[in-house]
Amino acid sequence: MGLNERAMLTRSKDDPLPIRDEELLAEVITRVIGDVRHIAVGNASPIPAMAALLARERGHGMPYVSLLQSRRHNFFTDGGCELFDCAGQGRIDVFFLSGGEIDGAGNINLVGIGDHEKPRVRFPGSFGSAYLYYVVPKVVLFRTEHSRRTLVERVSFISAPGGSAPNIYRPGGPIALVTNRCLFSFDRERRRFRLESVHPGHSVAEIAANTGFDYDCPEIVQITPAPSEETLQLLRQVVAPQLAEVYPQFAAAMFGVTAR
Amino acid sequence: MPIMAPTIEDALAPIRDGIMLAVPREVAGVPMEATRALIRRGVRDLHLVTLPTSSLQADMLIGAGCVAVLETSAVSLGEFGAAPRFTAALKAATIRIKDATCPALHAAFQAAEKGMPFMPLRGIIGSDVLAHRPDWRVIDNPFGADDPIVVLPAIRPDVALIHAPMADRAGNVWIGRQRELVTMAHASARTVVTVEKIIDSDLLDDPVLAAGTLPGFYVDAIAVAANGCWPLGLPDHYGADLLHLGEYARLAASADGFARYLDEYVHGRRAA
Repeated sequence: MGLNERAMLTRSKDDPLPIRDEELLAEVITRVIGDVRHIAVGNASPIPAMAALLARERGHGMPYVSLLQSRRHNFFTDGGCELFDCAGQGRIDVFFLSGGEIDGAGNINLVGIGDHEKPRVRFPGSFGSAYLYYVVPKVVLFRTEHSRRTLVERVSFISAPGGSAPNIYRPGGPIALVTNRCLFSFDRERRRFRLESVHPGHSVAEIAANTGFDYDCPEIVQITPAPSEETLQLLRQVVAPQLAEVYPQFAAAMFGVTAR
Repeated sequence: MPIMAPTIEDALAPIRDGIMLAVPREVAGVPMEATRALIRRGVRDLHLVTLPTSSLQADMLIGAGCVAVLETSAVSLGEFGAAPRFTAALKAATIRIKDATCPALHAAFQAAEKGMPFMPLRGIIGSDVLAHRPDWRVIDNPFGADDPIVVLPAIRPDVALIHAPMADRAGNVWIGRQRELVTMAHASARTVVTVEKIIDSDLLDDPVLAAGTLPGFYVDAIAVAANGCWPLGLPDHYGADLLHLGEYARLAASADGFARYLDEYVHGRRAA
């Protein structure tokens, strides 16, 4: 589905200014991240990148943001390994991971489905997940397709596990899963997701129908708050042109902006 | 001293069938002109190692039948979606895959550049990445108690193939901030470089440039390939050709379309 074909949310009848799904998700992610020193964003993550840049704009230059594929929003000078060295020392607080499949224990699959030597479905590969998931304190899982195909009971291949045995060095791990329909938090002790809020226009029943794994569901589930007018202004006028350097197609489709 | 090769084809002579070839990640300056020359020459059975990921380069080499074994953390066309020839080859099991994770490849190259047999790395334990890598081991941290840690064997490629903005006449190569290109050259038995241009001054004379220079000592052959990353970009110099990458993604979605792409853009034969 093309970015422009996505359904748009409207905040109220009085306000015709539509909020794009991607803007709502960026707002959700920024809130989940909280107050941190350094957010890093890997490959193919335009919405997390948007959220990280939004956090930096709101904080007037803090936290540090490292977009892996960017020249301007990236201070690394020691090559591709610097991100991992940094993370290994605890100098990265937040990272984003996704998966072709994500299961209820927070395991992610970026490799494939079926026989590993001759898969039925093949994804690009694990990238840095089999390391960063262990060492970055706040990993936000992010997947815009919320379906039983992507959110499964058990992944076919564990690129990186949601939790580890007590004797495994593991200061990091998942804190949340953000999808196009809702926000889940993750309980590391119990290795289980909890439904935190449902995005406007979606329902608790719809989440249940489209999620392949078990999760905790409170009796009353909040509706995800929409971004404020100020946030939308920041996203559209300040963040979007920054994003265009790394995600030109995304920025053009979303905001009609091109790299400066 | 490196050979200043008169043509790209001459510089690529060390890249023979069956060798282990190291290539850089998709944003570090990918030698695409050299890649097209390798495909034209019909190199076969490469053990291709990406440091740590790849995009168009690996996809084309795989699609053209040049690769027997692929060791990588991921191959993708980024905003243009899945790498179609990579995906098709894995599903048909026509190449062997050694799935890795980015810092493991960095660490294994660093082991080689230090002349060490292996490097330890955190993470990985409990993943199926480890389960499918019998060459990776778990040991107990000799300085800790009940602290399992993965050790990775050094990766020592036969040849590293890189592209850089410039070289001087002594064969020193300016790589700027793309430091992993230095690691690749240090780790590999031989290094082949294509550059945008050759300059007359000595890169090692200027401390500013020297800090970002791969000494010619590590380099075997250099050839000039202006705009040599096209249709990918060269960081700090020129951007990617997005229209062309879109065309590649469309054509390479099928084997026939990929063959047409090779005919037109690699073999220089226009479709009838």
